[in-house]
Formats: sequence, structure tokens, C-alpha cells
Amino acid sequence: MTDLLHRRGWIKGVGASLTGLWLAACDKVNDNPKVQETLLKAEGLNRKLHRALIDRKALAKEFTPADISRDFRANGSISPGDEDYRAHLKEGFANYKLKIDGLVDHPMELTLAEIRALPSRTQITRHDCVEGWSSIGKWTGARLGPLLDKVGLKGEARYLVFHCFDSLEETLDGSGQYYESIDLVDGYHPQTILAYQMNGATLPVAHGAPLRLRVERQLGYKHAKYISRIEVVSDFKDMGRGRGGYWEDRGYEWYAGI
Amino acid sequence: MPDPRPVTKVLTYRHTLVVRISHWLNVLAICLLLMSGLQIFNAHPALYWGQKATFAEPWLHMGAVNQGDTTIGVTKIGDLSFETTGLFGYSGKVGFQEPRGFPAWATIPSYRALVDGRHWHFFFAWLFVLNGVFYVVANLMNGHIKRDLLPTKDQLTRKHIWHEIIDHARLRFPKGEEARRYNVIQKFTYLAVIFGLLPLMILTGLTMSPAVNAGQPWLVAVFGGRQSARSLHFICANLIVLFVLVHVALVMVVGLFNSMRSMITGRYVLHVEGDAQ
Repeated sequence: MTDLLHRRGWIKGVGASLTGLWLAACDKVNDNPKVQETLLKAEGLNRKLHRALIDRKALAKEFTPADISRDFRANGSISPGDEDYRAHLKEGFANYKLKIDGLVDHPMELTLAEIRALPSRTQITRHDCVEGWSSIGKWTGARLGPLLDKVGLKGEARYLVFHCFDSLEETLDGSGQYYESIDLVDGYHPQTILAYQMNGATLPVAHGAPLRLRVERQLGYKHAKYISRIEVVSDFKDMGRGRGGYWEDRGYEWYAGI
Repeated sequence: MPDPRPVTKVLTYRHTLVVRISHWLNVLAICLLLMSGLQIFNAHPALYWGQKATFAEPWLHMGAVNQGDTTIGVTKIGDLSFETTGLFGYSGKVGFQEPRGFPAWATIPSYRALVDGRHWHFFFAWLFVLNGVFYVVANLMNGHIKRDLLPTKDQLTRKHIWHEIIDHARLRFPKGEEARRYNVIQKFTYLAVIFGLLPLMILTGLTMSPAVNAGQPWLVAVFGGRQSARSLHFICANLIVLFVLVHVALVMVVGLFNSMRSMITGRYVLHVEGDAQ
């Protein structure tokens, strides 16, 4: 009996050691920067293939009111603690102004009332989180395309950077501040809106009040919440860690189509 | 008592270079796709049917549940609930246990990193798809699929199929000349995996892409929604694992050395009764 127990302990020990070795080996390969660099080449390939095969003006499927999720999940920041945001929230965003600047002819600061008066669009779409779940919601917001025409883009303009109020991670250098970027094709897509309403009501704080980007056909993290400023740039290499967004800086794909 | 008839070993050429190369590339790709796939699954270890998640009622869920001062792993499938501590829902070394879908040894990397899982997955998806195209095109052209994988007329009789099912159940496999070709169950299985399961894996995978959904809306319609596609992707992955387990087990039963040699060098030894030519 003790022999059997000894043997069992021995087998368990060997099993545990082998598992440990296996994990360490896998992790070592995974953590190797050269391996990561090689793996990331697939991202470029995916983006190019999608760009070649999928019409970039294709619309995301729109659903009926009956499809709307009653349990739409809020992810990332759901109640930013940042001081300037709290101040705006306290005032009901009465003094909030969306700043649009960078490579534009007419930099602007728009109040929520002014944004609500812009050409708008309402769409019931599916939100696909990178984690794997989906929720369906109804969004109403100002179409970004006409707004871009209004501010007038300069010739060198290539990307729109969305600066947000929320810092998702506490860092000393400010790199924990949420931001996102999209190119002009996505900026002018008819379903790209600055949403101020969700499911027919004022956009809730958990979902990005006062303004959240809806850029359908891409994963959830591209849909920046708590937007404070839109900066038009020719390149985003000098921002954050240079990859075009908060999650992009942490390794996720800038092209979030998969 | 000695065998009355002599048995001769006949060295045959069984697997072409195309089959051998694509087989081993597939082993590599499927292993890493599985491990990275489980890493991705762990980011939200629950599955649903339809377009959207119904968070309160997934059809499959793995999670940790507190019971007094201990935590256990629980896997729910429909209305059934199983304790799966150490395997699904809650696992890890003693003192370092954590809530997670699949355990550390099954995912790459071992620690939770959805971002890395995605990079591995989308890289090896390319290898998997290109290798699959290479396999199918080459073997359609050289006749391997028609010659060796499609069942012959004599194999398709009810009597023959029944006979093989009985033989399989008793783990008795064709020897000698009969072993020169694949048996009919083997052929059906290979065809189902090559032209059913593996393409389904690719299609359900593509269906989870929001960009592909916009460009090819019929695809998501075929599978009944993005969450359905995710569930089917998971189920197909499990069926592939089941296939691999049976496949490897049968390789061992039939002869590990002989089978491995044939998949590495191409040479397979047949034990033929009588004086073979």
C-alpha cells in the first residue's frame, strides 16, 4: 500500500515536473521578441487580404429593435475617475465641448447641443468584443463624414485620433490614457458616428457618455468612449507608444477586423 | 504450434512526400491553433447560440464558484453542472490556483494573455489554410484522393461495411494485401475530416470576423449568427481533438513504429501470407 502511494507520488512528481518544463518552454518561446515579431507579420497579411477582398464601404448588418440586447455589457472603463471627467459629469456635460483640431482648416469646439444638431444616423448594430462576446444595441449619433467636411481636412491628413477622458491604467507618463485612431476611409464610412444616444436614451456613463465612437465592422476596443478631442494627423507614431491606440500599444491589432 | 503458412514482410511505398509534408505541418498548425484557441476561449469562457451573447444563460460555461472558504471549478453544459476543479473553471499549482477556463498546460502562453493567443492563432491559421490548399490541390491532381480516399464499389456494400464495423469494434484490422488500401471506415473518417470538419473550422473562424461579416453577410447567416459560429468553432475543435485521439490510438494499435516510419519515410511494411512477389 505504501509502495503504491510512493509510486503514485513519484508519478505525480514526474508529471508535475514535465508539465512545468512544458509550460516554461512554451512561455519562453512566446516571450521571445523575435517570435512575437514573426507572429505579428500575420496581422499585416490579414489586413491586406481584407482590404483586397472586402469592399470598405460595405455596411455592417443592421438589426431590428427586437434584437436589441437587454444585457449589453460595458467593458474597459465604466466610470472614469479622472478629475476633468468627473467635473463634466457633475454639470451634466453642460460645459463640455468636443475639440476638433490638428490638420484641419477650421479647428472647432462643439457643444453637445451643436453636435446633436448635426446630420445624424441611428443604427442597430452588433458590438463584437475582442474577448469573444457580442451585444446588440441601438446607437444615434452625428455622422463623422459631414463633420470632417465641415472642419475641412488638410491634404496631409491621414488619420483621426480620438482622445478620451478615461485613463484605463495608472501610469506616470500618461500612457494609460485611452485613445484610438482610424483612417479616413473608416472616418467617412456612413455608419461611423459619434454616438450620444444608446437604445433611445442619453448615452449612459458606462457606455461612454457624452460621446462614443461607433466604427462598425471592427472590434469593440476601436469604439472609443468618453471622447474629449478629435485630432487629425498624418501619422500617429509619436503618440502613446506609437501603435495608434491604447490596446494597440498593448499588442492588439490596429486593424481590428478580426 | 507454428503458423502453417509463412508470412513475408513486404516493404511498400505508402505515403507520398506531399502527404508526409502536409501531415506534419498540420500537426504543428493544429497543436498551436488548439492551444492558442483555448487561450482565446479563456478570455470569455462561455458559449451562446445566435447573434448575441445572452450572458445569464450560456449553453456552456466554465467558472469558479466559492463554497465557504474553498473555491471550486464548475463547468455547466445546458442544465447540467459538473465540478471540474483543477481542469476547467479553476486550476493551477497549489497556492496559485485561479479562475480560468482551460488549464495553463493547455494554452499558449500558459498565463492569461488574449493578445498573444490571438497572434499565435492568426499566424498558424495561415499555415493551416495554405497547407490545406496545398494538400487538396496536389492530391486532386495526382489522383491520391480519388484513388486512395474514395471508397471503391466493393467497399460500399452493406455487408462489407457491417463486417468492418464489427472488426473495428474488436480492434481487428486488415492484414496483408487488405492493408494495402485504407479500409472504408478509415476512408469515410478521413473524407469527413478533410472535406467537412477542417473547412468548417476555417469558415466558422472567418464568421467571427466583424469585417468579414460586413463583406460576406451570407456567411454569418449560414451559421445563424456570430455567437453560433463561435460555438460551432469550439465544437469542431473538440471533434478534431477526438479525431486526433482516436487516430493516435489506432496508430499505436496497428503498429506505432511501422506507421510512424511510413509517415516519415513513406515506407510501410505489409505482412503478407505466403511467398509474396
